[in-house]
Amino acid sequence: MLLIHCPYCGETLPEVEFAYAGEAHIARPENPSAVSDEEWAEYLFMRDNVKGVHYERWRHLHGCGRFFNAARNTITDKFLTTYEAGAPRPALDTLTEGGK
Amino acid sequence: MSKYRVSGRGRIDTSRPVSFTFDGKRIKGAKGDTVASALLANGIHLMGRSFKYHRPRGAVAAGSEEPNALIGTRRGPGRFEPNTRATVQEIWEGLETNSQNKFPSLKFDVGAVNDAAYMMFSAGFYYKTFMWPRSFWDKVYEPFIRAAAGLGVSPKEEDPDTYASRNAFCDVLVIGSGPAGLAAARAAAVEGLKVVLVDENAEAGGTLLSEPQAVIDGKPAWDWLSSELAALKAAGVKIMTRTTAIAYYHQNLIGLVEKLSDHLEVLPQDTPRERLWRMRAKQVVLAQGALEKPLVFHGNDRPGVMLAGSAQTYLNRYGVLVGTSPAVVTSHDSAWFSAFDLADAGAKVQAIVDTRSEIRQELLDGAKSRGIRVLAGYTATGTEGRLRVKSVRVNPMQSGKVGAPETISCDALLMSGGWTPSLHLFSHTQGKLAWDDDRTTFLPDYTPEDCVIAGAGRGLWGIAAALADGAEKGQQAVEALGRSAIAAVPAVKNDRTGTGVSHKELPTDLSPGKAKAFVDYQNDVTAKDLRLAVREGMKSIEHVKRYTTNGMATDQGKMSNINGLNIASDALGRKQPQVGLTTFRPPYTPTTFGAFAGYHRGGHFEVTRKTRIDSWAAENGAVFEPVSQWRRAWYFPKAGETMDQAVARECAATRSSVGIFDASTLGKIEVVGPDAVEFMNRMYTNPWTKLGVNRCRYGLLLGDDGFIRDDGVIGRMGQDKFHVTTTTGGAARVLNMMEDYLQTEWPDLNVWLTSTTEQWSTIALNGPNAAKLLAPLVEGVELTEEAFPHMSCVECTVAGMPARLFRVSFTGEIGFEVNVPAPMGRQLWETLWKAGEQYGITAYGTETMHVLRAEKGYIIVGQDTDGTVTPDDAGMAWAIGKAKPDFVGKRGLARPDLTAKGRKQLVGLLTEDGSKLEEGAQIVFDPAQPVPMKMVGHVTSSYDTGTTGRPIALALVEGGHDRMGETVHIPMPDRTIAAKITGTVFYDPENAKLKI
Ligand SMILES: [Zn+2]
Repeated sequence: MLLIHCPYCGETLPEVEFAYAGEAHIARPENPSAVSDEEWAEYLFMRDNVKGVHYERWRHLHGCGRFFNAARNTITDKFLTTYEAGAPRPALDTLTEGGK
Repeated sequence: MSKYRVSGRGRIDTSRPVSFTFDGKRIKGAKGDTVASALLANGIHLMGRSFKYHRPRGAVAAGSEEPNALIGTRRGPGRFEPNTRATVQEIWEGLETNSQNKFPSLKFDVGAVNDAAYMMFSAGFYYKTFMWPRSFWDKVYEPFIRAAAGLGVSPKEEDPDTYASRNAFCDVLVIGSGPAGLAAARAAAVEGLKVVLVDENAEAGGTLLSEPQAVIDGKPAWDWLSSELAALKAAGVKIMTRTTAIAYYHQNLIGLVEKLSDHLEVLPQDTPRERLWRMRAKQVVLAQGALEKPLVFHGNDRPGVMLAGSAQTYLNRYGVLVGTSPAVVTSHDSAWFSAFDLADAGAKVQAIVDTRSEIRQELLDGAKSRGIRVLAGYTATGTEGRLRVKSVRVNPMQSGKVGAPETISCDALLMSGGWTPSLHLFSHTQGKLAWDDDRTTFLPDYTPEDCVIAGAGRGLWGIAAALADGAEKGQQAVEALGRSAIAAVPAVKNDRTGTGVSHKELPTDLSPGKAKAFVDYQNDVTAKDLRLAVREGMKSIEHVKRYTTNGMATDQGKMSNINGLNIASDALGRKQPQVGLTTFRPPYTPTTFGAFAGYHRGGHFEVTRKTRIDSWAAENGAVFEPVSQWRRAWYFPKAGETMDQAVARECAATRSSVGIFDASTLGKIEVVGPDAVEFMNRMYTNPWTKLGVNRCRYGLLLGDDGFIRDDGVIGRMGQDKFHVTTTTGGAARVLNMMEDYLQTEWPDLNVWLTSTTEQWSTIALNGPNAAKLLAPLVEGVELTEEAFPHMSCVECTVAGMPARLFRVSFTGEIGFEVNVPAPMGRQLWETLWKAGEQYGITAYGTETMHVLRAEKGYIIVGQDTDGTVTPDDAGMAWAIGKAKPDFVGKRGLARPDLTAKGRKQLVGLLTEDGSKLEEGAQIVFDPAQPVPMKMVGHVTSSYDTGTTGRPIALALVEGGHDRMGETVHIPMPDRTIAAKITGTVFYDPENAKLKI
């Protein structure tokens, strides 16, 4: 079971309090009616399947209820960081895995 | 005492005899014996038959790595466990044990014909067999294999034991209590740090229990051990024995299974059988030691052939000589010491056969002084003996040639192919291994976890080295926590260190094609199978493993993986690291389902949610059904009524007078805030701006893909306050979806969402007399068509309780839903019940609710829709606010596939013969077409009781809206049913019944 740091609560807590919520940084188009079928399909269905650092969303479901973002290495399952929804994607070179 | 029990040796208590049964025969042992040690003390080596060939087998090891000696253990009714390792199970008075894989008896087994049919079962057997005609498999192989094979027999009764589950935390967890683990725990036992030391064995000490000759800090090993354990306890270290670290999960979460009662004669009251600990440790020291490897040669599986180190353990820990005239065959120094210990205990050691031609002088001297014959530079090429080894065949090796054989008589054969570190838990951490060519083994390298590995687990041999390394690693763990530790390293005398060489299968002068040289005992995999797999094209060890099943048994290849790798790598002509080691997976040793399930069984398997009215339903004879986690009243049968009769009565009463229904499970979400109406406009398909306060509307929720996700009636309780209802099963999902959009797409909206499902008890009254019944109880609103028309809502008082009253109908009759604070639910129900007696009020359950709504064509999301249904498909295009610039799903609805012709659409079905259709049945247009037919839809809802006098059904049918009046066909196993497509409303299409 992973330990996850909620950036809103400021605490590192067991995974059972959280729910995974898919890939991060996929914004719903501002004006959906204006986008093409291809663009809409891209938004709806296309997701990265990363081997390595993946930017993803979690929700502190059984805690503060907030959605937030995380960078997690899908190979080691280690979180590099978690950050508030809406904050920019952190640069990879600033991140290290659990101090190692 | 039998001649195999050596007085004065071992840690068992011979003054406390214990007897148990093995295959019905009474066996005498002593307190402290395992089943295996007690059987060996009685001269019994034959303990089971192998899985595939049914070859006779005995214990080859003395610990949890044992692949052969699997037994069934029984303690009265319900308490039977198959595949228990006899080497681990402690005996107690009255324990019943049975050997496995034998028919009709252990000594005479008809399945042993498999052994003769060896060629048939060679590598890839299962894969090849599946390619033969299917009838061959069905009629010949499967029945034969099923009858003859299998590991043990499943218990059939319910397990009467309880299993506990605990979370725990510590600073340093030390796994393994041999010298390395003891030293690590001692070093880590710093003031203020919580240290836990676990060991799977009944007592702590690890290899020290098998090496009493060592002298540590001037004390005999066992004296040092007891004083050290006392010192650890005094320092606050928690020592947990019979506790196996089964798995190493992310971020230092270790699964520990503590066995509490399997070793006890009398089960203690109120104590679980096992306890699963989820131990989160800041630092972990793995001190699991090393496992001895067998040598691979023809007949190395005969009962009486066992690991030399295990024979030493049986002698020193259990006071058992595994044979009085043993022989030894080895490629490592350690077996020499085992031979010396057995000789010193009175055994007549027949010979030490070593594959090496150069032997340390100290060892040669030790053999000479004991009168043991030494054969250096020899290979073993076979054993004899039907149910127990009686001789070993050995040949000299000179300049690569195998010389003439010699037969040495023996009643036990001790073998050692060297030692391999136990890397299982390290492997669970996704730790990387490094190949050590000198020692022909993998060693731990890098791990992403906060974990260090100490002692023999990283290839260090001997007690002194293990103690020193353990102390250093314990200190390291403490320092990683920002503390300092001083670790003293004890001095060791009479230590046994040594070296050895590693082999693939041993050289032989016999035809290798006929050799039964076992690598994996439990899965009956031989060296020949591995070579065949390589010849047939398997290149990676993962393929070789799956093709041969090497290492895939319940012991996970603890003994076989490295030998298997050495042979596969030789056959492939590539170095071991290029061939690769298979991945070890949790659990380390077989673990009971009970331990994993813990408290989650029976009534505690899952939460059962009950409404405040549930108790009334139970008292009044309701039959319940589960709806998501809720328990809901399904129908209320009167004495002697069938379900159909009860539902027909409930339907009729509701349609003719008044029915009462517990709707409390409906999901409820309070949407509040200055932007609440804008939020509702964006979430739901319907327009909300013009909905007046105290009015409600049916709301339809889509995903952004355009498909129906949920629905429910939504009341506007104030300008900025909506009372949203959802489906019973959908409440949490809908709230999560709303929160997602609100938090991440529209954080600018000032809206608050609150789950209120459990804050309200909701009672629905439906029927022509519903308003008459309710009106006298309501204060604050007149229940007339003018003052409170259909689709109204209001905050008022009902029977003196604060209420939110809705005029809605899910039946087609005049309907009300009364919401009162949840705890008042039953009180309101009983008040309404009493007031309704004059109208013959009838309680109805979910089945009647389903029938009544289907007659009106009201859909149930998740039953009549399946995640691919649009509002138009469901005939609800009217619910779309087309003028709105956007809502969730609007763009999705414009996708080409969602507007295409020929989509499956919801229609009604009436069967021509008046029979009831099966929900889920597939529909075709032309029943005469060849099979497989083109399926064009399915029945989503179907009921045969109700008001319309005939069975009705709803179905999704391709292009259904344009096929009104057409006939479709529903092929069933026995016949094909014809049905006419109709509209979805079967009752009161004019909605005349909704009016007061
Ligand atoms: Zn939080």
